[in-house]
Amino acid sequence: MKSIWEKIEFWVSWGFFLSAGILFCFPVVMILSGSLMSPQELLQHLETLLNNTEGTVSFSLLPFYPTGEHYVRLLLFTPQFYIVFFNSLKLTGCILLGQLLIAVPGAWALSVYRFPLRRQLFTMYVTLMLLPFQVTMLSRYLVLDRLGLMNTHWALILPAVFSTFPVFLIYRSFYGLPKELFEAARVDGAGEWKVFFHVGMPLASEGIFSAMVIGFLEYWNMIEEPLVFLENQTLWPLSLYFPELRPDNVGTSFAASVITLIPPLFVFLLGQDYLEQGIAASAIKQ
Amino acid sequence: MRKQCRKSSGKRRSTWRSSLTPIAFMAPGLLGTVIFVLLPFADVIRRSFYASVVGTWRGFENYRVVFENSAFRKALQNTLRFELCCLPLLVILGFLAAYLLTRGRHPEPVKTLFLVPMAIPAVVVALVWKMVFGHGGFLGQLLNKPEGFMENPGAFGVLVFSYLWKNLGYTIVLWIAGIAALPSGMFEAARVDGAGETAILRKILLPNLKGVLYTITVLSFLNSFKVFREAYLVAGAYPQEDIYLLQHLFNNWFVRLEMDKLAAAAVCLGIVLFAVILLFRHFWDREEEL
Repeated sequence: MKSIWEKIEFWVSWGFFLSAGILFCFPVVMILSGSLMSPQELLQHLETLLNNTEGTVSFSLLPFYPTGEHYVRLLLFTPQFYIVFFNSLKLTGCILLGQLLIAVPGAWALSVYRFPLRRQLFTMYVTLMLLPFQVTMLSRYLVLDRLGLMNTHWALILPAVFSTFPVFLIYRSFYGLPKELFEAARVDGAGEWKVFFHVGMPLASEGIFSAMVIGFLEYWNMIEEPLVFLENQTLWPLSLYFPELRPDNVGTSFAASVITLIPPLFVFLLGQDYLEQGIAASAIKQ
Repeated sequence: MRKQCRKSSGKRRSTWRSSLTPIAFMAPGLLGTVIFVLLPFADVIRRSFYASVVGTWRGFENYRVVFENSAFRKALQNTLRFELCCLPLLVILGFLAAYLLTRGRHPEPVKTLFLVPMAIPAVVVALVWKMVFGHGGFLGQLLNKPEGFMENPGAFGVLVFSYLWKNLGYTIVLWIAGIAALPSGMFEAARVDGAGETAILRKILLPNLKGVLYTITVLSFLNSFKVFREAYLVAGAYPQEDIYLLQHLFNNWFVRLEMDKLAAAAVCLGIVLFAVILLFRHFWDREEEL
């Protein structure tokens, strides 16, 4: 028999979380319904934004005359869209693969072995990770220019592959593993690589996976780097596809937004369990 | 006898190994980091002492110019104000929500909902924010302010809201994970001993969550710089003065090719961040053997 306080707490927290849920998800709903609205309806609602006139913005959750024309126009008559979509896939895929190859061994070394300057190195890694893009953009521009990588996808892939952020995330997964396991493996005659690959990596796989999910979300939405380093617009990723909003392209922008949303949501829903377990494992192991 | 011999030779082997193997694991990553991050930053440090186009030695002149630059001062002030507002707000609100969630029984989908904002691309968010906070937007209609909030000091509030909206869910999940990992035996024992909920909160829960707090703080700090993206997409390169952040300033200097000022300011920011990290480490060093 629940006490009156427990009942109140139950309803209050339910109300709170329901409204929080609505607050967090309403942009998705708005974009979805906007992508199905006819241009006339969109213009009617958003005229003041588009034409910069006086007035108010309005919107409705359900389109009056739903239409799929924006999707048709986008998917059937706009080849540039496929190019940008493919660019995003290529960039994100290459970066994540590279990070897997580079950051995981790096995190392993930092957490498992004791070597001189280890702590200082880690501090440096964390500092580098925190520097916002604007601080390093000049230096990156110079290096990429010198290496002749400007205006190619490598200009985005290489710096991201060597980012220290995944090292930080994955470090905590390795750090919490019991050292006795590794000793046991070594005593059994395993070489260091085997210890890493067959013992360490499987145990920390949740943390590694969650770092990959976070990485996907990060690089799928990359905006500053391509804007600065890619002059050639055919190399641009999906995140830069959205042109200035005008009355004739609002609908397609909405539709493109929905499509941009799908891979991250997909990855995220698939990886959510791993994300939570990985976060838990890496957050609490000290 | 034989067992002892094996043990001692094993130790010697692993000491020799342990100085070589980490190098093998770290070398590629370190090399890349040096090439793409450290060396360039060293070059930026060098550049901060020279004039940008002409290349003449300027000494600390660039630094002096930067500190006297009113845009820099304003941006610095805004960025500091934003950090001091948002970080505690995010961490504390996240904790409160997580605490509430763990006390009741709530279905899994709630957590999914919380993580959705992280997955929404910045362009989409910017579009919606324009509709809600812009000129003639929804919030303006609700509060009877037709000019919206992006062109007056309310823009700061919009920025804070955007940051909290995007990161609160993630923070809550982190806190929940931290709380859930604590052995429940501790709490049971305390309750049996007659401790009230507040006492449990203060004396048992909080002290054990220091590690989580560290991770959450670092990640929230990192994400606070990303708020520039939405701000830029909604308000452009020269937004209302209260949300003109350091990133806006750096971006504009870059576009105008004022590299000497950019270099000097970048070095300053790097030093400040480094100091902040050292401060963090000092607080958490006693807990962790980093």
